Amino acid sequence: MLSDQDRIFTNLYGLHSPGLEAAKKRGAWDGTKFLLEQGRDWIIDEMKASGLRGRGGAGFPTGLKWSFMPKKSDGRPHYLVVNADESEPGTCKDREIMRHDPHLLIEGCMLACFAMNAHACYIYIRGEYVAEKHALQKAVDEAYAARLVGQSNVHDYPFDIYVHHGAGAYICGEETALIESLEGKKGMPRLKPPFPANMGLYGCPTTVNNVESIAVAGTILRRGGAWFAGLGGKNNTGTKLFCVSGHVNKPCNVEEELGITFRELIDRHCGGMRGGWDNLLCSIPGGSSVPLVPAEQIIDAKMDFDTLRNLGSGLGTAAVIVLDKSTDIVAAITRISYFYKHESCGQCTPCREGTGWMWRVMQRMTEGRAQKREIDMLFEVTKQIEGHTICALGDAAAWPIQGLIKHFRPEIEKRIDRYTANPHSEPVPMAAE
Amino acid sequence: MANRRLAPASEQPQDFAFSPENAEWAKTQIAKYPEGRQASAVISLLWKAQEQNGGWLPRAAIEAVAAELGMPNIRVLEVATFYTMFALEPVGRFWIQVCGTVPCDSCGARGLKEMLHDRLGAPGHVSADGNFSWLEVECLGACCNAPMVQINQDYYEDLTPESLGQLMDDLAAGRPVKVGSQTGRVSSEPQGAVNTLTDPTLFDGSRVGAWRKRFEEAGKAEEPAASPAAKTGEAEAGAQQAATNPKPARPDAGRPVERTVSDAPAQRAAGGETPVKPEDRADAAERGRSTAKHGGARQDDADVLDSPAKRVAEGEPAAGEQGKQDVPARDSVPQQPEASGASDAEVAAEAEEARVAGALAALPQDASPEQKADAVGKRPPGLDAARAGQPDDLTRIAGIDADNGQRLNGLGIYHFDQVAAWTRDEITWVGTYLAFPGRIDREDWVGQAKTLSAPAQ
Repeated sequence: MLSDQDRIFTNLYGLHSPGLEAAKKRGAWDGTKFLLEQGRDWIIDEMKASGLRGRGGAGFPTGLKWSFMPKKSDGRPHYLVVNADESEPGTCKDREIMRHDPHLLIEGCMLACFAMNAHACYIYIRGEYVAEKHALQKAVDEAYAARLVGQSNVHDYPFDIYVHHGAGAYICGEETALIESLEGKKGMPRLKPPFPANMGLYGCPTTVNNVESIAVAGTILRRGGAWFAGLGGKNNTGTKLFCVSGHVNKPCNVEEELGITFRELIDRHCGGMRGGWDNLLCSIPGGSSVPLVPAEQIIDAKMDFDTLRNLGSGLGTAAVIVLDKSTDIVAAITRISYFYKHESCGQCTPCREGTGWMWRVMQRMTEGRAQKREIDMLFEVTKQIEGHTICALGDAAAWPIQGLIKHFRPEIEKRIDRYTANPHSEPVPMAAE
Repeated sequence: MANRRLAPASEQPQDFAFSPENAEWAKTQIAKYPEGRQASAVISLLWKAQEQNGGWLPRAAIEAVAAELGMPNIRVLEVATFYTMFALEPVGRFWIQVCGTVPCDSCGARGLKEMLHDRLGAPGHVSADGNFSWLEVECLGACCNAPMVQINQDYYEDLTPESLGQLMDDLAAGRPVKVGSQTGRVSSEPQGAVNTLTDPTLFDGSRVGAWRKRFEEAGKAEEPAASPAAKTGEAEAGAQQAATNPKPARPDAGRPVERTVSDAPAQRAAGGETPVKPEDRADAAERGRSTAKHGGARQDDADVLDSPAKRVAEGEPAAGEQGKQDVPARDSVPQQPEASGASDAEVAAEAEEARVAGALAALPQDASPEQKADAVGKRPPGLDAARAGQPDDLTRIAGIDADNGQRLNGLGIYHFDQVAAWTRDEITWVGTYLAFPGRIDREDWVGQAKTLSAPAQ
């Protein structure tokens, strides 16, 4: 188990005050000026050396992302935008950071802005997080009052930080959609290139980072990239907040080393599996967008980017949804399909039409009111959506269904058999609606 | 997509105006954004309007916000209908939003929905006493405390149908209620079993500053080693730049379309070359140091990690020169990158874009196409005149029109086999010269030219 000394989010559970004084005692804002004095290149090199991969789902190396920003300004301002639009089903980690450890985030914003020559930072917080917005705003006000940030601050680096409130759209978690939304438009993703590092918010160089990626920066710089890289495994370094939800005895958020096994994570922190390990059906290990992994494959798997990718799934946001054998797995995946149908922004046809189509077919399959060959047809449709949309929402809608068909095809067929074995007044449809 | 429409005209109020204090508050919101970007405040203002109007957003409020921000009505209407937290129809005094997505669904949200259905009827209707209306919504982001609901602005977590019923009774009767977990949890900790973050030294300030020891030790040992690296830093580069090129650099990237940047790495990959440029490879591959666990780290333990960029880089032989054909083609990029898409190609694409943009930004704004192209690639060799005075009809290549055919002739390109022989750098050069970013690869001019020149050989 990760030792308490190596945990970054020491007030994860809100058992202590989130205020500035208490945060300073926990190590936030400790020597920030000294870190800034080490220079921009040092910060970026240290972040690269830490091997930190973005915590928002895609796992893009954070230091590398920072280094993409133009080295010197061409007259346009640079921006840092923090993605606090945490909406991936299963994910509830950024919320805890913002309400319990907000100063780690604000300090991280300052360091990241300095590294990227940005003087303004927007934190885009999802609309539903009203209490979290107030908590974060309070911390920002404290930081301004203590002259830690602002136009003339104790760090001699003019820096403004703003909290921007969204209004409930999953798609705004996609970086370009978030930028669109921040500009006051519908949150519809942009085509890339140009990448935000070249043309982002207001047409200026912009980097969008997840809350957790930014909030760990201060501690990494203080303790060194080598410290962070020493935790976890090769290419999967450091600590990560895991959000364990579903059928475990004590669902919780916990910070652990990447590469902890699934079994250890559940046994040590979540009070074990509900009904014992034999009762595990499957897990969705990275938020609803990634394919499920059946029990026998996940149970002793390491929870890190590469292991889960090799299992045909992904670490995503490390939102571990655990499902036991009482789960109607077809209905659960249907519910996920409905989510993507609801959240598609409607910009690309394969996603707008395809998510609804998949959901309707999945609904029939939940009842068994389908033809067996429609399973292959559905699989084919998911392949037509995947990779044919501007953003990854199309992929995210396709993968859970692919995972279901891959691992639970007999379950779907069983339902179809059961339905057709009984007389129904409504005939089994011959093809998709 | 959700189908969302404004409330029927019969329910729409005639007019709407911000109260004085809300109008004042709106000004503070607009001030957060740069001059002329007041549209950014649209969500905040709509939000406030909804709050002022009893929890829902009428047409008059949408128009008032549009007027306030100087935006066309339709733009604000778009925003109001796109974001699901704007209620477009009247809601009850307590608006209950039940999270119904998978983690909550598997932990009992269905029971909550049934209970609400029994008690209040179909979603979207205001109860007869005006107290409640309810709606199933998508993930509210409190999954470790499932199932949960949001009532107006507050989260109520760890619910059962009974505790939700009790909660509603209390709210209706005006009794105080506890926001958050209804089973006594503080937040998302494992209930009654917190076995982490128990070390008191984390909280009493005794560990503050302990990290500085690292710098003091490193400062003694590595001062000489560190300084050359520092010298290659930004200050030095900036000074050099200022000496050789005093004019402030301007990027050419002002518009989202028609960028004069071509040769994205994805295209390089498609062309059968390594997506990462040789000069960028070292940078892309340098991902950090693997070290012994917990502080046993040594600075010289520079075992470079296995990164996507490095893997891409290693797709070529160690001594790989540009133009080698034995790298993974685009199709061999893993189909399912981690979670949501930082594929190798994308890592490389972004690196490449940064490189090209950097190269172009270093040029003066009025640089000629040749200058821009020279900055990013290598000019293909040209002929003085067509061989035997018989130029090929370059417009047979789909994508080359008469005008560009002439511009290519101007470069000394007259024959298909010349086009077929373009290297990666030359494609970049021509793409930039013609201001056709990526088009040569997209339309596969080289492949077409190979086909067209084949019979002649």
